[in-house]
Amino acid sequence: MSVLQRKLLRELRQLRGQVLAIGLVMVGGIGMLVMALSNYDGLADTRTRYYAEHRFAEVFARVKRAPLPLTEAVRAIAGVREVAPRVSGFVNLELGGYHEPITGQIVSLPAPGEPELNRLFLRAGALPDADDEVVVGEAFAEVHELRPGDVLTAILNGRRQRLRVSGIGLSPEFVYQIRPGDVFPDFARFSVLWMRREPVATAFDMDGAFNDLVLTLTREARTADVIDALDVLLAPYGATGAHGRDLQMSHRFLDTELKQLRVMTVLFTAVYLTVVAFLLNVVVGRLISTQREQIAVLKAFGYSRWEVGLHYGQLVLLMVSSGVLPGLALGAWLGRGMARMYMDFYRFPFLDWSLRPEVVLLAFGFALAAAVLGTVGALRRAFAMPPAQAMRPEAPPVFHHTLTERFGLGALLDPTARMVLRNIERRPLRSALSVLGIGLGIGILVMSGFQHGAIEEMIDVQFSFAQRDDFAVTFAEPTSSRAAQELAALPGVRRVEPFRSAAVRLRHGHRSYRTALQGLPEDGDLKRVLDTRLQPAALPAAGLLLTDYLAELLAARPGDLLEVEFLEGHRRTLAVPLAGTVHEYLGVSAYARRDYVNRLLGEGAALSGAWLALESGARPGVVAALRERPRVAAVTDRAAMVQSFRDTMAESILTFTLISALMAASIAIGVVYNASRITLAERGRELASLRVLGYTRHEVRALLIGELFTLTFLALLPGFLLGTAMCWLLVQGFVSDLYRVPLVLPPASFALAGLVVLAATAVSGLLVRRRLDRLDLVAVLKIRE
Amino acid sequence: MHAPAHTASGSRELVFRAAGLTKVYRMGDVEVHALRGVDLELYAGEFVVLLGASGSGKSTLLNILGGLDAPTDGRVECRGHPLTGAGDDELTRFRREHVGFVFQFYNLIPSLTARENVALVTEIAPQPMAPEAALALVDLTGRMNHFRAQLSGGEQQRVAIARAIAKRPDVLLCDEPTGALDSATGVLVLEALERINLETGALTVVITHNAVIARMADRVIHLSDGRIAGEERNPVRAAPAELHW
Repeated sequence: MSVLQRKLLRELRQLRGQVLAIGLVMVGGIGMLVMALSNYDGLADTRTRYYAEHRFAEVFARVKRAPLPLTEAVRAIAGVREVAPRVSGFVNLELGGYHEPITGQIVSLPAPGEPELNRLFLRAGALPDADDEVVVGEAFAEVHELRPGDVLTAILNGRRQRLRVSGIGLSPEFVYQIRPGDVFPDFARFSVLWMRREPVATAFDMDGAFNDLVLTLTREARTADVIDALDVLLAPYGATGAHGRDLQMSHRFLDTELKQLRVMTVLFTAVYLTVVAFLLNVVVGRLISTQREQIAVLKAFGYSRWEVGLHYGQLVLLMVSSGVLPGLALGAWLGRGMARMYMDFYRFPFLDWSLRPEVVLLAFGFALAAAVLGTVGALRRAFAMPPAQAMRPEAPPVFHHTLTERFGLGALLDPTARMVLRNIERRPLRSALSVLGIGLGIGILVMSGFQHGAIEEMIDVQFSFAQRDDFAVTFAEPTSSRAAQELAALPGVRRVEPFRSAAVRLRHGHRSYRTALQGLPEDGDLKRVLDTRLQPAALPAAGLLLTDYLAELLAARPGDLLEVEFLEGHRRTLAVPLAGTVHEYLGVSAYARRDYVNRLLGEGAALSGAWLALESGARPGVVAALRERPRVAAVTDRAAMVQSFRDTMAESILTFTLISALMAASIAIGVVYNASRITLAERGRELASLRVLGYTRHEVRALLIGELFTLTFLALLPGFLLGTAMCWLLVQGFVSDLYRVPLVLPPASFALAGLVVLAATAVSGLLVRRRLDRLDLVAVLKIRE
Repeated sequence: MHAPAHTASGSRELVFRAAGLTKVYRMGDVEVHALRGVDLELYAGEFVVLLGASGSGKSTLLNILGGLDAPTDGRVECRGHPLTGAGDDELTRFRREHVGFVFQFYNLIPSLTARENVALVTEIAPQPMAPEAALALVDLTGRMNHFRAQLSGGEQQRVAIARAIAKRPDVLLCDEPTGALDSATGVLVLEALERINLETGALTVVITHNAVIARMADRVIHLSDGRIAGEERNPVRAAPAELHW
């Protein structure tokens, strides 16, 4: 080992506190990167394999009722490879001992010889053997502890029918198991059931017919062409328009989630990389300036610029790489844990998780990039510093009266405070860099706590303010307004607000979007639309209101005419004015008055469902009564859905917030600790001189720790601003038609970030205090500054 | 007492020739004229003391001779090779192969032991002596494995001298080598320098503001305000042990 290498190792040991702090920052940065990437890769790989092995369909269509022989015509469409006609529909379920309303979506299994698209993965048991056997979804089975052989009751066509669980299954079609129209999964109150075709066909009056069609395509097929051909073919059978995977509910949620993970990975990586690079810049810059003389000596004795540059480059690389392996290990562990947690929401039969070599390389690349970005300046200085100049001490700092003193407030400051302020002011750039470093730490702390608050705000606005019903009842088919009167007559029902919802395709210019047009009662109180200030908005007598994000997607402004194509009933296409926009965080919709929608559809006062408000204590009776009604296809309990979402999310949000807060805190501690160590190194002589002059330990400590806290306080406001900016970036990256995350930053999240950094400052202060107390007064004074 | 190294100037080998050296520093808005036209010739085997008050420009001159700094104007050559205008690589090679430095504050690398501080130089020099041999020359064989913090000021300076001579330099440049030492310890250091000068024949240049030290030189050059103010030869070199201050 050469002497220079030995010097390197000894100095690393001597700098172990700082190396540890930088290592901590690297562990935070790399941990975050590896966690996000490996989680993303794991989910994406799992999805790819699951879709392929279980033959997830590529085109989906629904009709009211079409004869089975029509499948031959569908198969003949150019580009179609396989066609699976199915019968599916919604039923109410009952489980012994569980009194909440449960919705089931029954899907028929292929008959022998038919292509097995969306093939089931059986976790337990077997496929149905008899007409009264079902496979139930895994999430539902888990919540209710169902096992093969257990029994549940379905109300099929008004008839109570006992069904025996033959197996527990999963399908690529329902990775995200969610009741149509809902935003959150509710595993306790919604399940998919798979049965043989005949019993389902009988129950839904589909003998010799189908109402659901899934296709796979040949490799060279164009999805849009197949969909067009399919729409033409199915139009006479009450089709609502075929679509590809992009509009398939489960796929869409999963896809949006993966895209957001990607955004988060990129953003977090960029932020962490910046922070880490910045820290290295500060630390290495100062390290090199404290080593000026050593650099000069090395050069004086004939070490070349390259040798000196390389020496310090190695030092930096070793410092940085100390965090790579632990960061990788931590990130991999967390990434796997995160992926497992995601599987609470997204039900996959297996998890294909592995740490890809690319990710490992990227982690090293990240470290290297941070090192290069952060230290190229300092290394260049070491490289270029002329030896004679390096030999001279740095130019003595120029002191001024502080701003406070110049404003005549000097009398308010005691000598310690004056020294602290002058010290901070005498090196404005260095102080600014320290402030910025601490500010970045605060910023990522703010960002790490952002998600939780934002989700709470979304739930609050959507499910407490905009929507205030106890139950949402959906009818199997549009029904006359008498149904609403019947609901109102149920004992315990306080208020009924009927609505009409219809699938539409909206067009404006060359842009189009498929969504639901919701007709709301004129004076509704249970479901309200909100304006940009989140205040309830009035429904116009004519024209539509669109979610502002949808209006943007369609590039439509109030007053523009939209082409509305109904995908049901007479399939009319009409030009309807856009009356205004409403603000929503979840989903995108079109709204109008119910009577207006009925008029557009050319029908009487038909209803799709109703929102109910109940008297307290009336729930069980209403649930039981609703079960008896064959026309009620689904009952959604808003509060229970939100509660179940919160329960499921709570763990993952908490974990994520905790992890990112820990990583952010590690960065903050890294910054503050390094700032304090360097201050100590630079000012040790001065502080020792003060001790010699008779200052007490306590007074000298006050100087150093006062400086640290002053820097931290100065960093609070910029840190909050940086944090807000980072959250804004996150929000921009998250925008999708499924949801828009609001930029809501409660004061508590700022307070928490500030407190964590202040605590980090206090800890750093304690750590340097030990060194400060052990300053060897004589030795310090003997060494030339 | 020792006889002067060389008496007949015709037999002396010229090491440095400097002509019209000036050096101007810029310190903020102020221009500092460290050297204002210095002409100088230094010969092999000589022991030269550059004497001057602080700010007289002696350190600047030493740095320029050692290839650490470049003059603003004027020329320097070493054994006929110009140092002025030489690139960094050339100057680095010049220092690596030919020059040994001793600094007032020793400038030992604190994280290395005495032997390792010497090895720092022997590892890159073309024909070095063993670090142990260099340390033996300054009577520090017993302290080889000590770190800077474990050595006294005089010992540190002797390590620095061992470090400077271990490469067998043609030129030994010492900047206030006793400046931070008491008289007795300073004498030990000067004895080491003298021994090296006699045993290796290296041109030894010592800069100091301590006029007493001038008595051990072959030649004393006075610097004042960036100019050579005078030059004298000692007919007889005093032994360091005779010096007191």
